[in-house]
Amino acid sequence: MVRLEKRPQPSKKWIYLTPIVAVVATMIAGGIMFAILGKDPFEAIRTIFWDPLFNEQFAAYSRPQLLVKAAPLILIAIGLSLGFRAGIWNIGAEGQYIMGAIFGAAVGLAFYPTESWIIFPLMVIAGAIGGLLWAMIPGVLRVYFRTNEILVSLLLVYVAEFILASMSLGLLRNPEGAGFPGSRNFKSYASAHNAELIAGTGMHWGVVAAFIAVIFAYVLLAKHMLGFQIRLTGEAPRAARFGGVNPARLILFCLGTSGALAGLAGLFEVSGPSGQISIDFNVGYGFTAIIVAFLGRLHPVGILLAGLLMALTYIGGELASLMLGIPAAAIQAFQGMLLFFLLAVDVLTNYRVSFGKAEVA
Amino acid sequence: MTTALLEIEGLTKAYPGVVANDHVTFTINEGEVHALLGENGAGKSTLVKMIYGLVKPDAGTMRLRGAAFTPPEPRAARADGIAMVFQHFSLFEALDVAENIALGMENPPKMRDLAAQISKVSEEYGLPLDPFRTVGDLSAGERQRVEIIRCLLQNPKLLIMDEPTSVLTPQEVDILFKTLEQLRSEGTSILYISHKLDEIRRLCDTATILRLGKKVDTCNPREESVRTMAEMMVGGTLHVPERVPHAQGDVALEINNLSVPSPLQFGTSLKEIKLKVHKGEVLGVGGVAGNGQDELTAALSGEVVSASGAILLHGKSVGHLPPQSRRAMGILAAPEERLGHAAAPNMSLTENALLTANVRKKMARKGFLNWAAAKDYAKDVIRDFDVRTPGPENAARSLSGGNLQKFVIGREILQKPDVLVVNQPTWGVDASAAADIRQALLDLAGEGAAIIVISQDLDELMEISDRFAALNGGRLTEPVPAKGLTVDQIGLMMGGAHDMEVAHHGAA
Amino acid sequence: MDLSAISPTLLIASLMVAATPILLAAIGELVVEKAGVLNLGVEGMMITGAICGFAIAVETGSPVLGFICAAIGAAILSMIFGVLTQFFLSNQVATGLALTLFGLGLSSLLGQSYVGIKPPSTEKIDFPLLSDIPYLGPIVFNHDLMVYLTLALVAAVWATLKYTRAGLILRAVGENHDAAHALGYKVIRVRLMAIAFGGACAGLGGAYLSLIRVPQWTEGMTAGAGWIALAIVVFASWRPLRVLLGAYLFGGVTVLQLNLQAAGMAIPVEYLSMSPYLITILVLVIMSAPRKGGKARMSLAAPACLGRAFHASS
Repeated sequence: MVRLEKRPQPSKKWIYLTPIVAVVATMIAGGIMFAILGKDPFEAIRTIFWDPLFNEQFAAYSRPQLLVKAAPLILIAIGLSLGFRAGIWNIGAEGQYIMGAIFGAAVGLAFYPTESWIIFPLMVIAGAIGGLLWAMIPGVLRVYFRTNEILVSLLLVYVAEFILASMSLGLLRNPEGAGFPGSRNFKSYASAHNAELIAGTGMHWGVVAAFIAVIFAYVLLAKHMLGFQIRLTGEAPRAARFGGVNPARLILFCLGTSGALAGLAGLFEVSGPSGQISIDFNVGYGFTAIIVAFLGRLHPVGILLAGLLMALTYIGGELASLMLGIPAAAIQAFQGMLLFFLLAVDVLTNYRVSFGKAEVA
Repeated sequence: MTTALLEIEGLTKAYPGVVANDHVTFTINEGEVHALLGENGAGKSTLVKMIYGLVKPDAGTMRLRGAAFTPPEPRAARADGIAMVFQHFSLFEALDVAENIALGMENPPKMRDLAAQISKVSEEYGLPLDPFRTVGDLSAGERQRVEIIRCLLQNPKLLIMDEPTSVLTPQEVDILFKTLEQLRSEGTSILYISHKLDEIRRLCDTATILRLGKKVDTCNPREESVRTMAEMMVGGTLHVPERVPHAQGDVALEINNLSVPSPLQFGTSLKEIKLKVHKGEVLGVGGVAGNGQDELTAALSGEVVSASGAILLHGKSVGHLPPQSRRAMGILAAPEERLGHAAAPNMSLTENALLTANVRKKMARKGFLNWAAAKDYAKDVIRDFDVRTPGPENAARSLSGGNLQKFVIGREILQKPDVLVVNQPTWGVDASAAADIRQALLDLAGEGAAIIVISQDLDELMEISDRFAALNGGRLTEPVPAKGLTVDQIGLMMGGAHDMEVAHHGAA
Repeated sequence: MDLSAISPTLLIASLMVAATPILLAAIGELVVEKAGVLNLGVEGMMITGAICGFAIAVETGSPVLGFICAAIGAAILSMIFGVLTQFFLSNQVATGLALTLFGLGLSSLLGQSYVGIKPPSTEKIDFPLLSDIPYLGPIVFNHDLMVYLTLALVAAVWATLKYTRAGLILRAVGENHDAAHALGYKVIRVRLMAIAFGGACAGLGGAYLSLIRVPQWTEGMTAGAGWIALAIVVFASWRPLRVLLGAYLFGGVTVLQLNLQAAGMAIPVEYLSMSPYLITILVLVIMSAPRKGGKARMSLAAPACLGRAFHASS
């Protein structure tokens, strides 16, 4: 019988190996899924993971898209990872993303049609504040009323979606839009447009922000007292209180930071790649970022790589949908599977598998 | 006449890296109280888990009344007349007494009938208990009664008791022993696990001594001295801590009417605690587990804050301050639970050094950490306190209990505190490490620190304390000089027999 | 706005229908949590049940078969969670989230060809005479079978937990898994059974949405119902009969806001639509706020081992 034995300490080797094993296992399981759907599994996997980067026909379009899609995932996942490490579960990043977009866009639209360099920075600040405030709701409720932040942050996603619908139909609707829902397009408003910084690379301010966030999180976790307190709280909450960590401050910091980063991601998306506030401009980055955070082992550099990989599955998924008729939903299921496999192999970090005589359980 | 009840032969069980039991052989006779004696880590609990069907032996045989006995699970062991009173882990706090007892029985009767049985048995054996009270609200002694009654309702042939007296006052121990003697007279065998030699000499007919997984000897404890048994158990002579005589200093720590609600669900709130501890003094705080020990430690370490004037350090109010501010001023603490409270299990010793030493040892500047300083400090603690580990990068959970405890205590002592509060400093620690820790505490007091030792080990407290006080229901007694205190006096300070009665089965 | 168009009788009758899917999911999750397991995948299991039930009902023409397969499908899905958390000792919060994300993807994959189809209808039970009682008749005696089965299920869960040995063992495992293990109970087996039961209930709840309440299949149609079910378990302080109260309260809010929308209330539709979520949050806050003595009502009632992994280490 197979038996698990606890390792005296976490295995360094498996910390690095688990994400790779999980990706490989997901490719195999995904291949089986594609085969069941009647597609050639090898072609499907190649289309998703290889073609967007190296097929000459698609790469010119796909490569820049990689950064465009990875940036919001990384920004959000970095924020979430801080909380996850401390055992603070913000799973409502999608709502904070929406609120950041609405706040930032509203500031930009308020200035329309004035042109000034100050407008975009103001939008960025407003976007961060929007996400921060939305995340502070579960934070404050947890600190003062001990309300479960998982449920509150998630339920607020639905509320944010209704606010988004209301905004794109009402307050922020383009007055010259012939009654169609959706705001003015920022692509035609230079001062508020989050344009590509280097043509053909997909590099926009959101990508820059994502890289800064990665560095910031790395320094925080490795070199700073606050980062140590975050890790300590997640590992041993009682030891953290004994060590002098103020749980309320930590909850507010983690939720606030993740909210602000999600809000930034929303603002950069709405003012750039998406271009306008519309009922369905959000495509679930806030949820996919949860997978990114875990796949990256809640480590900033890991999240950077995981964000790129997950962005690849988005782009490859679109390509597979276009070329092979694989439904977009299959990609979503594929991403979910990835998280399952990761969680399953994760056991090897802390436990050793031994094959031996049956133990009385 | 002696008839064998349980014959154990060549029982062996190995875990990765450690042989818990190595060819252990001994026999428990009908109607005898058989002691299983050994230090922490000697393999006592693995052995009883095998008898109780929780763990399967790798090799060896057991025979119960001559028939092969291989319980695949506790249920089977219970069906064969084996019952066990656990030291930990076996009660459900949120359930009531009757439900707890029903869970330990194979075919429990209806709740109402069971409640009647409970009342009857508890009456017979002098262990009063209300079947419908929630277990979480019971005292440690009462909880043990729940376990004992759960066993008695099954008319066991062999009753296993794992360190039963560690949660009792001396008076309660007397009552327990009367109950056990009554059971013996009724023909029940008892396997009595302990490391307290006096108790074993008082109660037991035979003693089997384990050391490092091997049987050292089976003897008649009444014919042995405490010293010879201790040497068999430890495998050498014990170092007895020495006191450096000293004059009483000024008041270092003063507690005035400290009342704090417990942060734990079934915890004990502290009520109007008053205390003065002087420089160079060791104050021992005794009491049965669950009478406010964790809460007092937390209130002093700063994990739980109180009215600012309730705690004074050198005359300055500190009651409202968080742990780090108190550390800066010189109050350090080491809580009871090593893994998860005093140390983070999955983090390295370097990180665990940072946990409490960052203020006094200046391991951070403007929030940025000086990992080199933390690592050096961890190395200092490992070296000075003889912590057995390959190095400071190893996780806390990879250390044995005794080594981790030396690290935790050493981490505080090397910071040169003015006041040190330790809770159960030698709990679950082998004898030589325990002696080292006690000596280190005495040395620290010799250097002028005020030390509060909270412990349930009365021998330990009598050995190192200048004055003694006891916690009972969240209240602290007036401290009295430890020298010359009798066991009876100590027991009364701890709350006496509470409301227990002596067994009167024979009389009824 | 015309409030007179809202009939209290119909309101209460439709409240029972609106509450049923959440009630099913919540009573299942209650059993899971009583066993000490926190499964945040309710939403994913519900929507999987919704599409399984819908697809089978459409293919076979039998709603009954649809419900049965919804329960089985969601229970199988819940076993992924069960295996990961019980054998692979994965973090329950993360695994539950993964279950929800995976379930949402899987369901829309399975549901590709079922968008826009009408399912076979489920008949209401006709109680002769009783349904003609004024007011009471339409409220109590004019529903489909699932409404009554759900109520029976709640009663059964309540009685099982309170009066039976199986219920006692389940609670014991949730309160202290080490003690339960020491007494010889199979902690992992009990928990797996509870997780499967929770999955089946969530699947039934999802199928009720797609087959009766809406009735139609659309992607993401559960719209947070699973999360609200989780909140209702907290609201109910882990007591079955209070789950009933919570679900009906939530059903009432949903139905009321729908009626207000239909009546042309001056508040924009979006703000009415978000009200059930806001009210759920409000209720959570009230239930979890500390009382006198510093302890929240819910923290007293939560199973002590909720969300903690169990590994028999010795």
